[in-house]
Amino acid sequence: MKYYGLVDGSDASLKSFLNKLPGVDAVGADARAAMLATRSIKTTSKRWAIDTAITMVDLTTLEGADTEGKVQALCAKAVRPDPTDLSVPSVGAVCVYNDMVSVARKHLDSIGGAHIPVAAVSTAFPSGRASMKVKIQDTQDAIDAGAGEIDMVIDRGAFLSGNYIEVFNEIVAIKEICGDKAHLKVIFETGELVTYDNVRKASYLAMLAGADFIKTSTGKIAPAATPPVVLVMLEAVRDFYEMAGVRIGVKPAGGIRNTKDAIKQLVLVNETAGPEWLTPSLFRIGASALLNDLLMQRMKMDDGYYASPQYVTID
Amino acid sequence: MTFEYAPAPESRASVSIKPKYGHYIGGKFVAGEKHFPTINPATEEVLSSISLGGKKDVDAAVKAAKKALDLHWSKLSGRERGKYLFRIARILQERAREFAVLESLDNGKPIRESRDVDVPLAAAHFFYHAGWADKLEFAGVGTKAKPHGVVGQIIPWNFPLLMLAWKVAPALATGNTVVLKPAETTPLTALLFAEVCEQAGLPAGVVNIVTGDGSTGALIVNHPGINKIAFTGSTEVGKIIAESVAGTSKSVTLELGGKAANVVFEDAAIDESVEGIVNGIFFNQGHVCCAGSRLVIQESISDEFIKKLQKRMEKIRVGDPLDKNTDLGAINSRAQLEKIKELALAGDAEGAERWSPECSMPNKGFWFAPTIFTGVTQSHRIAREEIFGPVLSVLTFRTPQEGIDKANNTPFGLSAGIWSEKGSKILWASQKLKAGVIWANTFNKFDPTSPFGGYKESGWGREGGRHGLAAYLKGVTHE
Repeated sequence: MKYYGLVDGSDASLKSFLNKLPGVDAVGADARAAMLATRSIKTTSKRWAIDTAITMVDLTTLEGADTEGKVQALCAKAVRPDPTDLSVPSVGAVCVYNDMVSVARKHLDSIGGAHIPVAAVSTAFPSGRASMKVKIQDTQDAIDAGAGEIDMVIDRGAFLSGNYIEVFNEIVAIKEICGDKAHLKVIFETGELVTYDNVRKASYLAMLAGADFIKTSTGKIAPAATPPVVLVMLEAVRDFYEMAGVRIGVKPAGGIRNTKDAIKQLVLVNETAGPEWLTPSLFRIGASALLNDLLMQRMKMDDGYYASPQYVTID
Repeated sequence: MTFEYAPAPESRASVSIKPKYGHYIGGKFVAGEKHFPTINPATEEVLSSISLGGKKDVDAAVKAAKKALDLHWSKLSGRERGKYLFRIARILQERAREFAVLESLDNGKPIRESRDVDVPLAAAHFFYHAGWADKLEFAGVGTKAKPHGVVGQIIPWNFPLLMLAWKVAPALATGNTVVLKPAETTPLTALLFAEVCEQAGLPAGVVNIVTGDGSTGALIVNHPGINKIAFTGSTEVGKIIAESVAGTSKSVTLELGGKAANVVFEDAAIDESVEGIVNGIFFNQGHVCCAGSRLVIQESISDEFIKKLQKRMEKIRVGDPLDKNTDLGAINSRAQLEKIKELALAGDAEGAERWSPECSMPNKGFWFAPTIFTGVTQSHRIAREEIFGPVLSVLTFRTPQEGIDKANNTPFGLSAGIWSEKGSKILWASQKLKAGVIWANTFNKFDPTSPFGGYKESGWGREGGRHGLAAYLKGVTHE
C-alpha cells in the first residue's frame, strides 16, 4: 500500500499525522540515554559488540581532497580492516561522494569486496541546497555508477519552515529513482533540526515517504549522532514497525570516534528498538576514525595490552 | 547471537566487614550483650553479627550525647560545626565506592543506584547543611531559634546511608547531638559512618549509634533524656511513636508511608512517561516511601501505554545487586518479601490482572519480579495499601478531574507525579493534588535544598531545605 496506508500523500494528511505524534520530553530523553550509557559491557559481550560494530561501519571519506588513490585505499581497508588478522569481518559499506562511486565499485570488485555496497551521498550533500532537477540527476548518476545505497540529505530549510510536504515529495521522488537498485538512507542533519520533537517528526516523515534507513547527520555539523537523538530515532523505528509492519534502519553518523561510543550505540539499539535491529541491514554507523579504535580494542582483548597505533593501518 | 551482557560485578575488595559489631557510644565501639545477624538479602549470606541495643546501651548513648552537647557541641560556633560537616561530606565522597558496595551488600539494592544515587546524595546533604551551620539566622527561622538538645533518630532500611544523612546532617548543623538507630536489617553503613565520624575528628558523643530492632527504637522514643524524635518508617510504627510522645515535651517529625499516584494525561510525552513510571515504581525495588505505586492513566491512551510499559519492563535486568548492569536487585528481607507476596495474592483474589516479564531469578535470596496489575479499582487492597515492593497498580480515569480525585482518594499524601506536555494542565493538577512532593514529567528526584514530607498519614514535618532545618530548632519565629 502506498505510504503504508498511513497518509495519502496530501499536505493535510501528512500534517495531521505528524502533529498527532506525542512530544518528546527532552529532560527525560537525555536521562534515559545517560542511564543506558552506564551499561558495563565486558569480556565476551564486548568482543561480540566490537565485531558487530565493525560489520556496521559505513567507512566514509567525504573530503574535497578525495582522490582515486584515497578512495581505493579506503576500499582495501573496508574489505580487510586488519590485514594481519583475517578473522576481522569486512565493514558494512564504503561511503563516498557521487564522483567516486565508480572508482570505489570497481576497486572493491577487483579486490574481493563485491559483497560490500558503495553508498553515495546525494541530493546536493551536505547542504541540500539545489534544485530538484539537480538532486534527481545527482542520485541518478550515483546509481548509474554502481551505488547500492543512496544517502540523501533533506531540505532542512523547508522542514524548519513547516513545509513538510516539500521534504516528503523530495524523498518520494528520490526513492522512485532508487527503486530496487539502491537502498535509501535519509539524512536529517539533526544538529540543524535542533529539537527532539523535530527529530521525531522528521523520522516519521522520512519513513512514510519510503526511507529504508533514517540517518542523523552529514558529519559536517555538530552536534551530530548524540545518544538521545539516536534514542528518539530508535523509538520511531520501533513504533513504526508496530504501525506498518516494516523495520526501518537507523544510521547514526558523526562524532562516534571510539569503541566506547560505538558500544553505547549498540546498547541503545538493544534496549530501545530491540535485538532485531542489531544487524548491518538495520543499523549502521557512519564513521572513519572509529574503525581503527575498534581494531585496537580487538587486539587488546586478544593480547591483553594496547598495541602501538602503528600496528593498525592508517587507511 | 544476541547481545548478552556478560556479568560485570563490582569488586567487594573495597569493603572489610568485621565479624561482630558493638554500638558506637561516646566515640567508642562498645560491645553489646545480645547479637543478631545481618545478611545479604541477595544470597542469604551472613555478613556480620550486630549488637541488640538494650536499656543500658540506650541510657549510655543518651548520656554520652548530653555530655557532648554540654561540654563541646553547644560551645562551638556555627562555623566550627560547619567545618566538621564539610569534613564528613568530603570523606563520604572519598570513600564513596566502599559505602556503595557495602550498601548494596547489606540492602540488596543495585550498585548502579547506591553508586549513582544513595552515596552522592548523602554527601550532598552534608555539604548543603554544612553551608547552613553558620547562617542559621538567615534561614527564615528567626534569631531566637535554639537546638532541641539530644535528638533520637530512627531510620529505615530502604536508603540506610541516605536516611542517616537526611537526619544527622541537619541535626548537627543546627547544634544538636544525636542518638541514631539504623534499621535492623541494614546497620552496616551506619556503623561504617561511625568510622567516618572518627576520621573527621568529631568530638566524642556528638553522634552515637545504637543498633537493634523495634524494641531498641522504643527505648529511644521513650527515653526521658531525648528532646526530639525524628522517625522515618512505616505509618503503623509512626502512629505508635506519636502516641508515645503525646503529653511529653518531646518534639517529633515523622516521615511515613505513601501510595503515590503517577497521573498520566493523554497529552503526555509517552516514551518519557513510560520511563518515569518504571523509575517511579522499580527504583530501589519499589522500597521507596514516595514510590509511584499507582499509575492513574487516562483511558484514551491506556492500552497503548500499558503495551509500551510491558515492552519496557521486559528490558529490566533483575539479579546480582553488585552487577553494574542490574536494574532491579533483591528484596530487602524475607519478611518484606512475604508482605509483597501476600498483597500480590490479594490483587489476584480481588480480580486484578497480574503481569510480569519473564525473568530468571537467583535460587537463593529474596526476589520478586517486576509486576503490574491492570484492571485495578479504588476498592482493591493493592490500590490502597502500601506494598513497598516492585508492584504497580494501574487505574484509569476519563476526565482530568476524575484523575485528580482518584489520585487523592488515599489516606496517604507523600508524593505525586503529573505527566503532560501541557503546562497549564500541570499547574492546574499540581494545585489540586494533595501530596507533599509533586513531580511534573519526572519522578524520584531528590535534592537537599528541597523540603520533603507528607500530608495526612504520610507524616508530620519536612526534611531538607530550610523547612527541614526548622524541625531541628525550637523557638522558630518565621521572621
